[in-house]
Amino acid sequence: MATLKELSNKEILISSGHRACAGCGFPIIIKQALLAAENPVVVACATGCMEVCTTIYPYTAWKVPFIHNAFENSASTLSGVEAAYKSLSRQGKLDKKIDFIAFGGDGGTYDIGFQALSGAMERGHNMLYICYDNQAYMNTGIQRSSATPRGANTTTSPAGTESYGKKQYRKDLSAVMVAHEIPYVAQASPSNWNDLVTKVKKALAVEGPAFMNIIQPCVLGWKYPSDQSIELAKLAVDTCFWPLYEVEEGEYKLTYRPKEKKPVEDWLKRQGRFRHLFKPENAEILKEIQEDIDTRWARLLAKCGEEA
Amino acid sequence: MSIRVGKTGNEAVAEAMRQINPDVVAAYPITPQTEIVQIFSSFVANGKVDTEFVTVESEHSAMSATVGAASAGARSMTATSANGLAFMWEIVYIAAGMRLPIVMPVVNRALSGPLNIHCDHSDTMGARDSGWIQLFSENAQEAYDNAVQAPRIAENPDVKLPVMVTMDGFIISHAMEVMEILEDEKVREFIGKYVPENPLLDVDNPVTLGPVDLQDWNFEHKRQQAEAMRNAKPVILDVASEYAKLTGRKYGLFEEYKLDDADIAIVVLGSTAGTAKVAVNALRAKGVRAGMLKMRVFRPFPAEEIADALKHVKAVAVMDRSDSFNAVGGPVFVDVRSALYDVDNGPKIVNYIYGIGGRDVTPDHVKTVYADLAKIAETGQVENPLTYLGIRE
Repeated sequence: MATLKELSNKEILISSGHRACAGCGFPIIIKQALLAAENPVVVACATGCMEVCTTIYPYTAWKVPFIHNAFENSASTLSGVEAAYKSLSRQGKLDKKIDFIAFGGDGGTYDIGFQALSGAMERGHNMLYICYDNQAYMNTGIQRSSATPRGANTTTSPAGTESYGKKQYRKDLSAVMVAHEIPYVAQASPSNWNDLVTKVKKALAVEGPAFMNIIQPCVLGWKYPSDQSIELAKLAVDTCFWPLYEVEEGEYKLTYRPKEKKPVEDWLKRQGRFRHLFKPENAEILKEIQEDIDTRWARLLAKCGEEA
Repeated sequence: MSIRVGKTGNEAVAEAMRQINPDVVAAYPITPQTEIVQIFSSFVANGKVDTEFVTVESEHSAMSATVGAASAGARSMTATSANGLAFMWEIVYIAAGMRLPIVMPVVNRALSGPLNIHCDHSDTMGARDSGWIQLFSENAQEAYDNAVQAPRIAENPDVKLPVMVTMDGFIISHAMEVMEILEDEKVREFIGKYVPENPLLDVDNPVTLGPVDLQDWNFEHKRQQAEAMRNAKPVILDVASEYAKLTGRKYGLFEEYKLDDADIAIVVLGSTAGTAKVAVNALRAKGVRAGMLKMRVFRPFPAEEIADALKHVKAVAVMDRSDSFNAVGGPVFVDVRSALYDVDNGPKIVNYIYGIGGRDVTPDHVKTVYADLAKIAETGQVENPLTYLGIRE
């Protein structure tokens, strides 16, 4: 557990003045994640909002070494960086403990970077991969990804007279990463900062690969007022759309249980991308979305050994 | 003292990699390159190198991890062929754009489709404008020599560009030949210690690598990249001259074979140069003044030097082991013809596309090219600017 006092004494390693939208969630995620690190950190980042908003040449918002290579390869790029670290350390050319964090959006992680991520995790590189999951290709203008929730209106799954938006439920990537049997997997949210920071600490402490899936509200893509990002992250957690849990060496643990499990409508109705779901003809879809969350929540509770 | 050994091209290149002892190799197997990866794996398994070997899940990740390792400050290598090179395409350009001195042996193989595992140059010719230096090899000896010289070229501060060392799939990669290798310490002394510039792992001096580079600066950076390729030419020659002192084997931008007094000549690269030398010798024995220009350095393209070497020739045939599908001719032809444009009363020039998908090319095939050239030289007339050689039409 970190304390605010403790964290407030640490240097913030992402500077202000970057070009992210007002209210954007990812700068908060970067700040919280880097505050958790005990050692110097080297960051790799996929093409996407995070990269283009923080590195417009000749400026950079990063106070740590940072590399961007392409969209789909932050995991394999960091594999190479970590391999170089191992090699140079073994040869006595480097004598310093360094932590490695890769960032990718959901497009760069769930979809186009999925193979590179899977390969890096399987090979066992000592690195943490953080997916900042804003649930669509936001940088290119809100196209659906496999992380987009069912029913969301995106520019490639638009709601229309014959469509209620995206037809498929989101891919449960955290579960897929658990199936890689890596030492540490967790879901986190910037709304629960202490939980997030603690998980990053744990993830960096394990020997071998770790994966964290962090929900990131997006003002433009989710369509809500820019002062409500953290509230929306909190609602995603409290509706159990985005449960906070961790899997250490295969052992599931729920790290936060809402006092009262709120209906998913409380989260959906605050976002323009789900507005059409509240038309009478889509009532059944809303019901199915709630049932899906209930089923997944019950399954997760069982895995965590929690009472239903 | 060099050591005489019998080695295939793949074995020779793997041996060069062992002697270079890169900090990181990230590679994925593909025919006909696979043996390089296998042999290198055994070097790692038996402690013959200090290399961290990353057994990536694809060529895309091979090049991505190599870019990461090189950015981190490690001397880094990979190797591939054909579809593997195609799969890493996006990152091949990024490696050059980030000015990373990566060395990559490429065992030339036909690019799909249809699927074919045998030699042609369609893979590396497609990457000719990717910003990589390209060194072609006639045999295993040259592949080894090019591989040993490559890090010196790539890492030169005036260059800082990645280098592809190519050899013909199967024809060189899988054929045993007697060749000479250097002692390990001589190679290590020759390539020297790698001193990276602004490495990512220097955490006390953090750098941002691979930023988004928009209208304000991108053009200047691409201009610098173009200049680096120009700078590479003298550096390649300097490195070759130093290597010659060590080995007695002389390398230039290209090899001129009986070209000084030639009336007719072919331009060729790769293993076919060996075949062509046999044809040239046979023709010379009959009093035909035939010559050959074998390209070693295709990128940077030595346009002025080629024009100078060919300007006295009456008729030139450029042999392309890949097609551009541009309805004009192969990639080597287009560049060589362009190089000759400013030569007053320069040679007539024609193109032969040959050896696609591993189709064999014999001295007799090459002799027919010289026969065609002799006719052009005599009449001054070109009937067929483009001929597909050794094909059922």
